[in-house]
Amino acid sequence: MEVDHNTLVAFAKSWGLFYLIAFAIVVLVYVFWPKNRKKFDDAKKSILDDKDDKPWQQ
Amino acid sequence: MIRQLTSGERRSAATILVALVIVGLAMAAAGRADTLGVHGAIVFLYSLVLLFLVLSVIFDPEPEPSRLSQYYDDPSKVGIVLTMIWAIFGMGVGVWVAAQLAWPELAFDAAWSSFGRLRPAHTTGVIFGFGGNALIATSFHVLQRTSRARLADQLSPWFVVFGYNLFCILAVSGYFMGITQSKEYAEAEWYADIWLVVVWVTYFVLFIRTLARRKEPHIYVANWYYMAFILVVAVLHIVNNIAVPVSLTGAKSYSIYSGVQDAMVQWWYGHNAVAFFLTAGFLGMLYYYLPKRAERPIFSYRLSIISFWGITFFYMWAGSHHLHYTALPHWVQTLGMTFSVMLLVPSWASAGNALATLNGAWHKVRDDATLRFIMVASVFYGLTTFEGSFLAIRPVNGLSHYTDWTVGHVHAGALGWVAFITFGSLYSVIPWLWKKKAMYSARLVEVHFWLALMGTIIYVFAMWNSGILQGLMWRTYNDSGTLAFSFLETVIAMHPYYIARAFGGLLFLAGAIVGTYNLYMTIRYTPEDATEKAAGDLPVPGRGEAVAAGE
Repeated sequence: MEVDHNTLVAFAKSWGLFYLIAFAIVVLVYVFWPKNRKKFDDAKKSILDDKDDKPWQQ
Repeated sequence: MIRQLTSGERRSAATILVALVIVGLAMAAAGRADTLGVHGAIVFLYSLVLLFLVLSVIFDPEPEPSRLSQYYDDPSKVGIVLTMIWAIFGMGVGVWVAAQLAWPELAFDAAWSSFGRLRPAHTTGVIFGFGGNALIATSFHVLQRTSRARLADQLSPWFVVFGYNLFCILAVSGYFMGITQSKEYAEAEWYADIWLVVVWVTYFVLFIRTLARRKEPHIYVANWYYMAFILVVAVLHIVNNIAVPVSLTGAKSYSIYSGVQDAMVQWWYGHNAVAFFLTAGFLGMLYYYLPKRAERPIFSYRLSIISFWGITFFYMWAGSHHLHYTALPHWVQTLGMTFSVMLLVPSWASAGNALATLNGAWHKVRDDATLRFIMVASVFYGLTTFEGSFLAIRPVNGLSHYTDWTVGHVHAGALGWVAFITFGSLYSVIPWLWKKKAMYSARLVEVHFWLALMGTIIYVFAMWNSGILQGLMWRTYNDSGTLAFSFLETVIAMHPYYIARAFGGLLFLAGAIVGTYNLYMTIRYTPEDATEKAAGDLPVPGRGEAVAAGE
């Protein structure tokens, strides 16, 4: 099979769409996965914690 | 400041600088009368001054080990000062070029001060000089605080700050001499481009190494944005700037791309520079300094993640909207248009997230000009991304493209979003870094805010008017089917708007000068904050002493 401009266009128009949809689903699952809720809540609050504003050390 | 470097780091710094001095000498010798020779002299002098500074303390005693129990903020401080210097330079040149359009005699008949040379000096000065230094300085601050880890070493942040500014100096001085590779926002020639790759890879490696030391299990979302900024700008810069120099002793090079491929690569670069330099990095600032200043957590952390991936994946495909009605295949134009419209979703998710975070803290927005800078930035981010999606639609673009409407759109983003979020973040971080209770004068922050807001609004409205007028005049036909207006008539019609635009820019510049004065007075004359909170920014005692000198 000869790979020409039309082959690439067809590939981009079909698989380009599918991989973006698949990727969107992965992101949404990650974001709404119940186990991740606590991690995200901690992350959003921890930056406001001023009491411990220093680097950790070995 | 240099004494904070360990003796090993001082030696490494001296070695790098000696190498650079030699490179500068070689460039000057090989380039001779070519502009490359002048750049060689600049590299030589720049590295020689830094080398002298390092050598003057090279045999001084080792720094205290207790420094390791503090964050390493010196590079951020220097970066912030450089940010404000570049702001005055870049915006000053901007006011000058704007005035040239209204009064062309302001070019003074010299080659170096012609519009074509000053314009890239303005764009590079504000985008890379002002924006880039602000991004580097704040990224070091945010990265350390959100990771609760000190920067991985003390030498590479300096390499990044000074190396990056050397690139900016080479770029801008080159434009005055007529050096350009004719790629918008990537005008600098091959040797400066290669140098930027070295600096940028060091930046990325430093970021990753510091993240690897983090104490927090989860990487806070601001760092995702900063990292996307660093990584994607590296990719864009390398791909767009692949070129073959005419000779190693001259500045001129030719891109390996040609024709419509060159145009597509350039606008893939150009639009993603907007996306990842002027958006992603500044969203990193927004997601950190907004919650900190408002003292409220971000409205929805999940939404911030969704918008992150939306922006990263949609923007990559939007560049072709710069090439509507060109030789670019029609379907590629349509692809760019579609993705540009889709971009509205993650963009408004971020803008909405920011405003929803402020919901319940509006009294703080009213009283605190710093927070108001951040609030206005979010509003302009929402407005500009909406306008951008709209302008990317092919028929709309048929009216707007090549007119001042585009210039108005860019400045709504650059002034209203990028500069506002930068000033808001800087006013938040300056007292923190220099351990002061507050800025020298809250009233001057207020003055800066209103100068900047008035300047932006005058600028953007002038360009909306002039751009739409220009677009309509270009497409008006008379009864016999020929153009109703000559080009000169459109230029005359725009003259009042050009004066208004230069005035708006002048107000914005005045605001930046007020801000710089306030920064100077804060550093120089404001007493240090001796309260508990500032003391909290100090080291954890014990355990740190075990770290050997030279680490």
